[in-house]
Amino acid sequence: MRPLKSRQTLATRLKRAAGLGLLCAGLSPLVLPATANAADPDVPDTIKWTIPFGVGGGTDVWARFFAPWFSDYLPGKPTVMIDNVPGGGSINGANLFAVRARSDGSQWLGTSASTQYPAMLGDPRVRYDYADWKPILATPTGGVVYASPEMGKDADSALKALLKQPVKLAAQSPTGVELPVLIALEMLGVDINPVFGMRSRGEGRLAFERGEANIDFQTTSAYLSNVQPLVDDGKAIPLFSLGVLDDDGNIVRDPTFPDLPTFNEIYQQTRGKAPSGNAYEAYRKFFASGYALQKLVMVPVDTPEPLVETYRQAAREFIKTDQFKEEAAAQLGPYTPIVGETVSRHLRDAMAIKDETRQWLITWLADKFDVHLATR
Amino acid sequence: MLDILLSSLGQVFTLSHLLYMMLGVSVGLVVGIIPGLGGIAGMSLLLPFLYGMEPSVALGMLMGLVAVIPTGDTFASVLLGIPGSSASQATVIDGFSLAKRGQAARALSSAFLSSMIGGLIGAAVLTGFILIARPLVLAFSSSELFMLTLLGLSMVAVLSGRDLFKGLAACGLGLLVGGMGMAPATGEFRLNFGLDYLYDGLPLVVVGLGIFALPEIIDLLVQRGAIASEPCRLGEGWRQGFRDVRRERGLVARCAGFGSLIGTIPGLAGSVVDWMTYGHAVQSAKDKSEFGRGDIRGVIAPESANNACACGAMVPTLLFGVPGSGSAAVFLGGLLLLGLQPGIGMIETHLDLTYTIIWSLALANILGAGLCLGLAGPVASLTRVRFTILAPLITVLILFAAYQATRATGDLIALAAVGAIGVLFKKANWSRPAFLIGFVLAPGAETYFYQAVQFQGSAAFVRPGVMIIGALILAVLFIPALKALWLKRRQARGDGDTTDSEAATPADRTRPTFGAVDVLLLAGLLGLAAFAWSDVAGLSLLGSVFPKLAIAIMAVGCLAETARYVLRRPQWQEQACREELIWLAGFCALIATILGLGFISTAALFCLAFLLGIARLKLWTAAGMAAGVVAFLVGMAHFLTLTYPSGFLDPWLFS
Repeated sequence: MRPLKSRQTLATRLKRAAGLGLLCAGLSPLVLPATANAADPDVPDTIKWTIPFGVGGGTDVWARFFAPWFSDYLPGKPTVMIDNVPGGGSINGANLFAVRARSDGSQWLGTSASTQYPAMLGDPRVRYDYADWKPILATPTGGVVYASPEMGKDADSALKALLKQPVKLAAQSPTGVELPVLIALEMLGVDINPVFGMRSRGEGRLAFERGEANIDFQTTSAYLSNVQPLVDDGKAIPLFSLGVLDDDGNIVRDPTFPDLPTFNEIYQQTRGKAPSGNAYEAYRKFFASGYALQKLVMVPVDTPEPLVETYRQAAREFIKTDQFKEEAAAQLGPYTPIVGETVSRHLRDAMAIKDETRQWLITWLADKFDVHLATR
Repeated sequence: MLDILLSSLGQVFTLSHLLYMMLGVSVGLVVGIIPGLGGIAGMSLLLPFLYGMEPSVALGMLMGLVAVIPTGDTFASVLLGIPGSSASQATVIDGFSLAKRGQAARALSSAFLSSMIGGLIGAAVLTGFILIARPLVLAFSSSELFMLTLLGLSMVAVLSGRDLFKGLAACGLGLLVGGMGMAPATGEFRLNFGLDYLYDGLPLVVVGLGIFALPEIIDLLVQRGAIASEPCRLGEGWRQGFRDVRRERGLVARCAGFGSLIGTIPGLAGSVVDWMTYGHAVQSAKDKSEFGRGDIRGVIAPESANNACACGAMVPTLLFGVPGSGSAAVFLGGLLLLGLQPGIGMIETHLDLTYTIIWSLALANILGAGLCLGLAGPVASLTRVRFTILAPLITVLILFAAYQATRATGDLIALAAVGAIGVLFKKANWSRPAFLIGFVLAPGAETYFYQAVQFQGSAAFVRPGVMIIGALILAVLFIPALKALWLKRRQARGDGDTTDSEAATPADRTRPTFGAVDVLLLAGLLGLAAFAWSDVAGLSLLGSVFPKLAIAIMAVGCLAETARYVLRRPQWQEQACREELIWLAGFCALIATILGLGFISTAALFCLAFLLGIARLKLWTAAGMAAGVVAFLVGMAHFLTLTYPSGFLDPWLFS
């Protein structure tokens, strides 16, 4: 080994660095903030909220919006700490939560459509079960299907044109959030050719704007900020909305788009009867779990009932405030979060998908798009 | 327009804005310097502050963070050979070689200076371009994007030089590894061997660390000594770096302009830009012999491009809500959290905020590069430290960085596996950049090709944009060959003296060398090709065509190389790598210990044992350094809410 020129000074430096290291190690317990302010014996001091998506994604932003509200309105003002566990399109994080989460109320999970769908489809990677969790709150979203003006000047003529020619839609994956839209278009008799591999709905919209896709779909907030200007310029023709679920589980018009018919209305109008059968069953279930209950705050099912009620009560209280309403309009779109038993009921209904319906869906994907899903 | 520009400039220079931006810049530098963290970790530090902040101030803070990350990560790539993020992979090649030659300060100062200039050019381009960018962004359809990935792939030919077939095989392997995971066209899972970890494919950070950093560490351990094998003069290097940038100002401007334009195309972003500009630097240089062995142009080109690219990436993020890069995606999250919906509204109703963002971007680039320049001198002296002292710290840092990719055990195992490939590649002189380029561009090449064909059919390949990029690819591939031919002819017609002496050297060099590792790699890759083929054979046509193509490229490369050996009677070269393999086995044992005991305790024990046993430091120095490592890991876990493999000892000691 070559002798080093400045060994002496280097050694001193290293000693200093080492001393500093020791000092840091000694001090670190002192620096860590003490979070012991137990006011309410029930509510834990720290709530670890697992988000199975990366930082900055839709669900992460959603959780970061809610975290301070929960923190402020829960007794004892617990710290709500967001823990991002991305991977496998949210399956990894949800799997980990299913295995590890304690049911003392200190661990929450935030899920989204891409957590719900694989569970409904029987994806072999899924090792969680929604029956093991209880919802605290759900936020709905809506969505609008729109077409290129090449298809027609207005919605009616565009809808007619859709039936006459193959139609292209830029989608993320066969089991992504576009699934209900694909089913809806199939039910209307459209020869739909999805092009998969988009990394987000935004990329799908770009393909539409570039003229590559002649039909597209966006959820409400993206529609309002990015598609409405196109509609105003005559570059996009809105066709129908997915609607929203009312308390009884019926699909009704989206209050955000009161003038836009829902898919159900369009079906009724073109086919002369209300939609039914396996395809509609699949549409309804995937719409409910992916849109009406798009994002959910969940706790393990064994979490003590009074504690769950405390969480739900806090949510009910902050939802009522004007400040929340104002900020939520920008974050969540014009929808009010749903709290408590209604969520449980709708969720149970949505996730309970009949084998027959699932089989129809799997066969349809295979026959129509040559997509062979791996299922358990 | 002008009044908005000026009023947002005024906004940028208010005290609160400057203070928060400084906060953003400092956080950005810290997470940029520590490998494996990057924008996402920085964001999770800042996001809690963000809620309820005044949007323009908050945007300054976020911008400060995003803008300096491609600056800060240069430290790790130049000094330690660790590609901190995707933006600094090309920098590693020549930057680290320069550090090994004792010119770390020169590499760093020119990198930071060109980063700063690149960032400023990017911001200037952005100022005007954002108003008219919409149609241009929309002009790039899937077929043009596919051609751009091809352009990126054609850099393999540029970088592998005479070892074209080895480069081809390496690139094929990269494409194959990059094609692991879900097939974009059909949602089928390929080459995952039933392992959950492989469903998403391998993370870029892990592959980058494995292929570049690990082989370098092992190599340095085998050689002993310090990173810098030649004595270094820091002050001199600093000035030299400035002079280099001044001399190469044309290169800086071209790369920065190119970077900012490529950045505006969503979906391509930083991953291709540094390789393309690196390739450009190689091609435009008259004397190419020093590239890969420490040519300053190999540092200047990617560094001036990557900050400009970060500026360009703001265009699709702000105008379309489609992030152009990883850190832009995080920035997008910040925008949403502030209640700002990206879209055309950002230039119609929020133009002032948009310009605040751009001004902040420019200012943050100056601040970030200035701070880094100040740090460059002192930090560069790290390269003079005996490497056995640094090795355990760097090893822990690499494991730390790799594990943050997906926080799965698989990250560490994949690191060791890719590292083994890296060691063999390095030993037998197979192109590691070619492998990485293949890996990085695999998803884009496949997805965009499939989308172009689906959307546009055969019309996809007669579009004007496609033709232009196609012509560019042909130029990249054939102009050097034509030029060489032309030069040869001219020389042949010239006087005989020079021809003889010139001809003698290349003939000597072109005689291929050949060794045990080459044999091992060729056999291994051909075996892998057969195995992978059988794995994807059962998939649908759309799902399997891309991996099959990758396998074919790999196999053709290997077979052509074999044929070359057979035909040209290579020179047998001793490629002893017993020592390397022992270190590699040690690394695997370390990973096994981590999984058993837990990361923090293993890191402490490993540092202590290594520093005492191999570096032969005094007990208390070694203990102090080990304690410092523990403090670093515990502190990171606390402040950034990170997790490590816990094992059975860690929960006892550190929870």
